[in-house]
Amino acid sequence: MSRNLPVLVAALLFAVGYGLCATQYPAFLTTRVVGNLLTDSAFLGIVAVGTTFVIIAGGIDLSVGSVVGFTTVFLALAITRWGIPPLAAFGLVLAAATLFGAAMGALIHVFAMPPFIVTLAGMFLARGAGFLLSTESVPIDAPLYAAVSDLALALPGGGRLTLTGGIMLAVFLAGGVLLHATRFGATVYALGGSRQTTALMGVPVGRNTIAVYALSSLLAALAGIVFSLDTASGTPLSAVGVELDAIAAVVIGGTLLTGGQGGLPGTFLGVMIGGLIQTAITFDGTLSSWWTKIATGLLLFAFIALQQGSVALAGRSGRRARTTAGAPVVRPAEARA
Amino acid sequence: MSDTPLLSVRGLSKSFAGHQALAGVDFTLRRGEIHALLGENGAGKSTFIKTVTGIVRRDAGEVRLDGVPIAPRSAEESARAGIATVYQEVGLLPNLTVAQNLFLGREPTRFGLVRGRAMRQRASERLAEFGLAIEVGAPLGSFPVAVQHLVAIARAVDLSAQALILDEPTASLDTHEVTVLFGVMRRLAERGIGIVFVTHFLEQVYAITDRITVLRNGRLVTERETAQFPRLDLVRTMLGRDLAEEEARAETGPRAERTAGPPVLRAEKLGKAGYLQPVDLSVAGGEVVGLAGLLGSGRTETARLLFGAERPDQGRILLDGKPVRIAGPRDALKHRLGYCPEERKTDGIVADLTVRENIVLALQARQGPFRPLGRAAQDRIARDFIAKLDIRPPDPERPIGLLSGGNQQKALLARWLATEPRLLILDEPTRGIDVGAHAEIIRLIRSLCEAGLALLVISSELEEIVTYSDRVIVMRDRAQVAELADGAIDVTAILRAIAAEAPRTAPACQPEPA
Repeated sequence: MSRNLPVLVAALLFAVGYGLCATQYPAFLTTRVVGNLLTDSAFLGIVAVGTTFVIIAGGIDLSVGSVVGFTTVFLALAITRWGIPPLAAFGLVLAAATLFGAAMGALIHVFAMPPFIVTLAGMFLARGAGFLLSTESVPIDAPLYAAVSDLALALPGGGRLTLTGGIMLAVFLAGGVLLHATRFGATVYALGGSRQTTALMGVPVGRNTIAVYALSSLLAALAGIVFSLDTASGTPLSAVGVELDAIAAVVIGGTLLTGGQGGLPGTFLGVMIGGLIQTAITFDGTLSSWWTKIATGLLLFAFIALQQGSVALAGRSGRRARTTAGAPVVRPAEARA
Repeated sequence: MSDTPLLSVRGLSKSFAGHQALAGVDFTLRRGEIHALLGENGAGKSTFIKTVTGIVRRDAGEVRLDGVPIAPRSAEESARAGIATVYQEVGLLPNLTVAQNLFLGREPTRFGLVRGRAMRQRASERLAEFGLAIEVGAPLGSFPVAVQHLVAIARAVDLSAQALILDEPTASLDTHEVTVLFGVMRRLAERGIGIVFVTHFLEQVYAITDRITVLRNGRLVTERETAQFPRLDLVRTMLGRDLAEEEARAETGPRAERTAGPPVLRAEKLGKAGYLQPVDLSVAGGEVVGLAGLLGSGRTETARLLFGAERPDQGRILLDGKPVRIAGPRDALKHRLGYCPEERKTDGIVADLTVRENIVLALQARQGPFRPLGRAAQDRIARDFIAKLDIRPPDPERPIGLLSGGNQQKALLARWLATEPRLLILDEPTRGIDVGAHAEIIRLIRSLCEAGLALLVISSELEEIVTYSDRVIVMRDRAQVAELADGAIDVTAILRAIAAEAPRTAPACQPEPA
């Protein structure tokens, strides 16, 4: 129960926040706002899915923002200068990013290096590589891009679920299945509980660690593709600091930074709360958009306090259960025999 | 069933950096028997377990399971071969559910998806065989340690274990939980599984085991049927003393009459459920009180409760006759208590810091971070104690990790003496130091005591305890069992107290009604 508390609180907060916005700006009740909320959150959401895996597995990935930036530049150059068809370029960059993530995972596992340092190095590497390709913004004018920007599912009520918003929802769904209903998902939680114990229980730790970081980078590259589709350009400066936004969304969604607990529904809510704040500030029109950051910061504080509180509470009730409920829980062996 | 023993170990040897941890140990485990593996600290029990299960590589010897030689290279391989180990720390993941823990890595799947309901169903069935009816979808960490142990055993057995090694599974369990665990162990033994049971509780050895193997200093001392192994013999064998010899020996010379003053520290019914049964003790200035007992008998636990390193849940502590609250080591320091822990390497010295820094550590801690000790004062204190305790080499700026064990111990003593304590608790002050330093430490203990310090000394070296103690408190199975004063202190008396039959009402030993 207390494990789900942060998610419930996040859901409640989102609902209350949305309700408040709706009383202020009736447009919030239209599907148009809902559609835009999804589209605007799309690329952060995709990154946050990967970050959720990494954090539940007890790690951290600081390189995702740089991977997004690299991806956008690479795509812009590949499509406009090198004449690679967009779909092939997508495939290339996804594969390259996956390898990049796998290499970081391998370093973390083989040399028992802290993920923070390895992915920090990865962050500089990817960002630097992006700037090597181009130091300025490169517009993309492929027909595919034009076509995609018009591609959307019309929602009843005039809203549009864009392709990018759809991709995010699909990634959340697929990620949810992977995390919550497969052996790999169970292993991710196990790794976050204790790498050593997981190894002692006979689960291959190295392979799974590598897979987690590869997945995170793969999703970052996918987010980069979405970003590039949205902006129809590529710049090495794109998505600076997005890794931190993703971590914030994951934590607000109730995933413990220490690993082993959390889930994707919470991350989805975390991303949506961030998007909601941004939308509300846009609607207001008078506030500086940087208020988004301040609100996110305050929320993070509140949520971490809530998590610590509920963990402490769970600990206390657990101990009480040990003394009072101990007897009925354990049926004496002889009772059965 | 065939005649080949289930697990047969012959001539197992292992040495670490020149130290022979196991020397040609033989061990036989039959099907359906519960076999106690006993020995004091350093006897080689854990090395034995690690070597058999392949966590460390053996130097020589043969391990046969069911007559087939095996050489696992990891705990995982050994589990697959059929030998599973459950350690005191439950080797499972508290953040996963019970069912996930049981089936991690081998979950039933369909089209790559875990069949959650089928998995929980099977988990419930498995655990029902162990008399456990719990919600298998709940996180493991929400259950008491005993249940977690049973789940760990269930996982091990389910992985087709034929031989099960239980390394101190009962250390943190209460009486009822031990009873349940024993029930499961008996049931498994009936199914033909052989169980190696490592424990420090003698009562439990007699309550459940069929045979006993005793190791000492890496060697096999004896293997006997439990029923034909009297308690006193067992204790003697474990400690390596010949009782007849002890009795023949003249009592240690009469000690100088010391008139102990009023108690500096008194503990009244100090205890903690599942950790230590209430103890009463008092130490006066100029008095040495010895705490004797086997490993795991509750000696260190007593010290930790006194020092506030563990929170007692009953009883009280009086200093100079006034009740005080010691909520943590900081409070203890404030009341001028000192504690030299047993694990010098992990709990005591800070190896990379210099001798000077190590010596002033506790004093600085008491002063708090805002009143730093000046360098001149540090130098003076360090030089003072290096001279007084004859720490060698007498270089205050040498990293303490480079000193010998005896000198590290002296520096630790200096650390506490620098805080001018009223009471000093020494936990195994002579462990792991050479004979010369040994005598010196004992001389130091005596001179400290003559200077009016109150001392509580924990030691496994019975002769040593006899030579310096004014009173000896004997512990067994986490309870105080005897207190010997002046004339009555000798090795034999201590041995007898340790080995004495516990009264029927003693906890952790109630045999199950069969």
